[in-house]
Amino acid sequence: MATINLKNLEKFYGKNKVIHGLSADIKDGEFVVLVGPSGCGKSTLLRMIAGLEEVNSGEVLIDGKKVNDLEPMERNIAMVFQNYALYPHMSVYDNMAYGLKIAKIPKNEIDDRVKKAANILKINDFLDRKPSQLSGGQRQRVAMGRAIVRSPVAFLYDEPLSNLDAALRVQMRLEIKKLHTQLKTTSVFVTHDQIEAMTLGDRLVVMNLGKVMQVGTPIEVYSQPKNLFTAQFIGSPAMNIFQCESDGSQIKFVNGNQINLSSKKKGSIAFGIRPEDLKISKEGNLNAHVDMLEMIGSDTLVHANLENSDQSLVISVPGVLNKKDIGDKIKLSFDSTKVHLFDRETGERIN
Amino acid sequence: MEKRVIFKGWWLPLLLVSPQLIISAVFFFYPSGEAIWNSLFLPDPFGLKSEFVGIDNFTFLFGDPYYRASFITTAIFSISVSVLSMGLGLYFAVLADRLIKGAGVYQTLLIWPYAVAPAVAGVLWMFMFNGRIGLVSWYLGLLGYDWNHALHSGEAMSLVIVASTWSRVSYNFIFFLAGLQAIPKSIIEAAAIDGAKFWKRFRTIVFPLLSPISFFLLVVNIVYAFFETFGVIHTITSGGPEQATTTLVYKVYADGFVGQDLGSSAAQSVILLICVGLLTVFQFKYIERKVHY
Amino acid sequence: MVEKKQAGYWLTHLGLIIGVLFIFFPVWLAFVGSTVTNDDILQPPFPVLPGPHFIENYKNTLLYGGPEDYVYNHIPIVKMLINSTIMALGITIGKIIISLLSAFAFVYFKFPFRRTFFWLIFITLMLPVEVRIVPTYEVVANLNMLNSYSGLILPLIASATATFLFRQFFLTVPNEMIEAARMDGAGPIQFFKDILIPISRTNIAALFVIMFVYGFNQYLWPLLITTDTSMQTIVMGIKFMIPTGDDFGHWPTIFSTAILSMIPTVLIVIGMQKFFVKGLLESDK
Repeated sequence: MATINLKNLEKFYGKNKVIHGLSADIKDGEFVVLVGPSGCGKSTLLRMIAGLEEVNSGEVLIDGKKVNDLEPMERNIAMVFQNYALYPHMSVYDNMAYGLKIAKIPKNEIDDRVKKAANILKINDFLDRKPSQLSGGQRQRVAMGRAIVRSPVAFLYDEPLSNLDAALRVQMRLEIKKLHTQLKTTSVFVTHDQIEAMTLGDRLVVMNLGKVMQVGTPIEVYSQPKNLFTAQFIGSPAMNIFQCESDGSQIKFVNGNQINLSSKKKGSIAFGIRPEDLKISKEGNLNAHVDMLEMIGSDTLVHANLENSDQSLVISVPGVLNKKDIGDKIKLSFDSTKVHLFDRETGERIN
Repeated sequence: MEKRVIFKGWWLPLLLVSPQLIISAVFFFYPSGEAIWNSLFLPDPFGLKSEFVGIDNFTFLFGDPYYRASFITTAIFSISVSVLSMGLGLYFAVLADRLIKGAGVYQTLLIWPYAVAPAVAGVLWMFMFNGRIGLVSWYLGLLGYDWNHALHSGEAMSLVIVASTWSRVSYNFIFFLAGLQAIPKSIIEAAAIDGAKFWKRFRTIVFPLLSPISFFLLVVNIVYAFFETFGVIHTITSGGPEQATTTLVYKVYADGFVGQDLGSSAAQSVILLICVGLLTVFQFKYIERKVHY
Repeated sequence: MVEKKQAGYWLTHLGLIIGVLFIFFPVWLAFVGSTVTNDDILQPPFPVLPGPHFIENYKNTLLYGGPEDYVYNHIPIVKMLINSTIMALGITIGKIIISLLSAFAFVYFKFPFRRTFFWLIFITLMLPVEVRIVPTYEVVANLNMLNSYSGLILPLIASATATFLFRQFFLTVPNEMIEAARMDGAGPIQFFKDILIPISRTNIAALFVIMFVYGFNQYLWPLLITTDTSMQTIVMGIKFMIPTGDDFGHWPTIFSTAILSMIPTVLIVIGMQKFFVKGLLESDK
């Protein structure tokens, strides 16, 4: 187990800068999730930690030691790949044993470690099989087993659940979480799925375009997003964002609705509120026109537009709701503590 | 962005390619260079001295009726063998493709001539038509036709073509069968529903879909007919009668080894080299997927 | 099959059977000829059914190169078969090893002159041995390799097609597998040995069949560099048996030799048929 420190990392592909002066600190035994849209650089960052990509500038430290020039194997870390990357011609046992064989670990210790890992992941029954005879979930477990036997100081996961179907993904998520509770190894997990991020991470690193947008626990990132990007990326359905004008004490919406709320900045601001924090009520200050309803089962999503404007919004209402229950025109109210205000130019949080 | 994962180091890869490069240098490039060099010289009758004659060897060749004839012989030979073996191959492939069961058995039965050396194929066909003991020539004799391919150039050419065709059918059969089996059944069924019967379907759908393979096979067959058929000719006719079955490759051998005319042989080799070069470039440009580096 | 007419079904089989007969007829006659006496052959018509001398003829051919009381200019066929097999295996194994090494280098490394070397190898595609027979003969003679296995094998051992085929295949190996191997601590040679070669097994088998047939059936080159009868290969040896001029020749020997010359390659082609077909289809694309 180890700490991982990233200091001012930069990476270029040709002339393109893909990682911009990125710094982050991962504590010993933490499960950190790098999350962001495709192309944000999270996989690149992970691979820089692994040693599979060159670091153009900056430092990667594992347990305080600078590892920029060390080969992946020398960094004592293990990686679980998106496509499992199992050796197709070797049995499960051999797949897990391969790295240990190369490190010239004695046979009985290899056997010991492989069997232990197989126990943890419950794959003892297929040690003799080849990867092609296993299902996707089983293969993923073998890939994890391969990582565990190395007793590394850190696990790196590169979108390992993306190739699994939805039900399997939920199941494997839990297994990874259980594994972490059991082994307590420092882990860095990359995903573009913010639900995975929220459920798995002790802390999240939200990334966009090669930069860190926010670092924090899932709750922090969810309830106190530091910028517009994080606010809209985390949470599903996404946070409602309205273009508004503020004079300091009052906020005016595009359709003329006004509310009393003080803000540090005057002028153009973005007003954010999550769908579950909007309530349909007769005393609301916002007027909206209902477009359509989506019934998920546990909740109903009401898609609407601010009255007399084309700014759309979503309200999440628990239970099943019918259109005739609410009609066409509705009024919305909200708790002012649940409001997120952002500077429209910089995207930074104001309140 | 370099998409491939690369190992570090440069001396290991150089070591790895060296066997191929060294052998290519010793046995490919150096001799080819020699051939080009020798083609510009005329050795004296005793092989002791050589006189630089520039392109005289080449101009002589182009004026030599025998050499020009060998060009035509090669062309007739290549095209005939290609067309015949492709036609037969396609015929068998179409039939085999129509079978639900048993296609595998026929495939096994039809492909093994590929394993027979062309030279041996030549021997097999030659004895069937041998003037003295051949089964076919004897029956032809009974019908009043005196077959003697040692005397009649037309018969010699035909025999050599038939033997080579026999040898090549398997190769074309395999490709055509694979090509036919690659046509999605749904297309054939859609056409059948549209009312097209077998031959109409074949003409309008199957054959056009096979044209990339056909074109590819045509070029490949022609290229191979240039080179792989020395054996057939040498065993059946030794290039005769009177060089009637002498192809370009055979002539290089006959003039260079048997006739010991090194300058001419070298010049012929160079011309062959250019022909192959053109054909190979043609093959890669228009047929292969880009050999992208 | 879309239509299910009975006539079509039988016609199809008929057509194929005719084809099979066309293919087998010459070989059948040769087999017949290898089981009768020379006199049976020299007096037409040529027999169409096998005779009783199968064991005797083949024994003579293999052990002596013909009937014991006959004068011949070639070696016992057993020796020829051995020569051919050594040549074929040498060419096949040599080609496969060299091409694997080269393809590996081109795909997984960056090194000076990589591009140049790649095109140089490509050019060798345009230089089959027939195009350079006289000077290559000189080179082999200068290296004292006439009448030797190395002379038979080495000039035919560098193949551009095999290199390209393996290169194409290696390019399809997913990057992640290489990275996993790196994470496991495997260096390039370990990766090559433990992972790349095993997953190339089918390609190697496919090439093996094609190259073996190619090597075994070589005719022109062995003809040129073999003057010593003890180094004759079976495919070229047949030519020497064929009578010229007034000589009658011993035909059962010729026929049995012809049949024997086919057996190793036919066995490999049929026995490894799936690999053979795959190899043909892939190596020419």
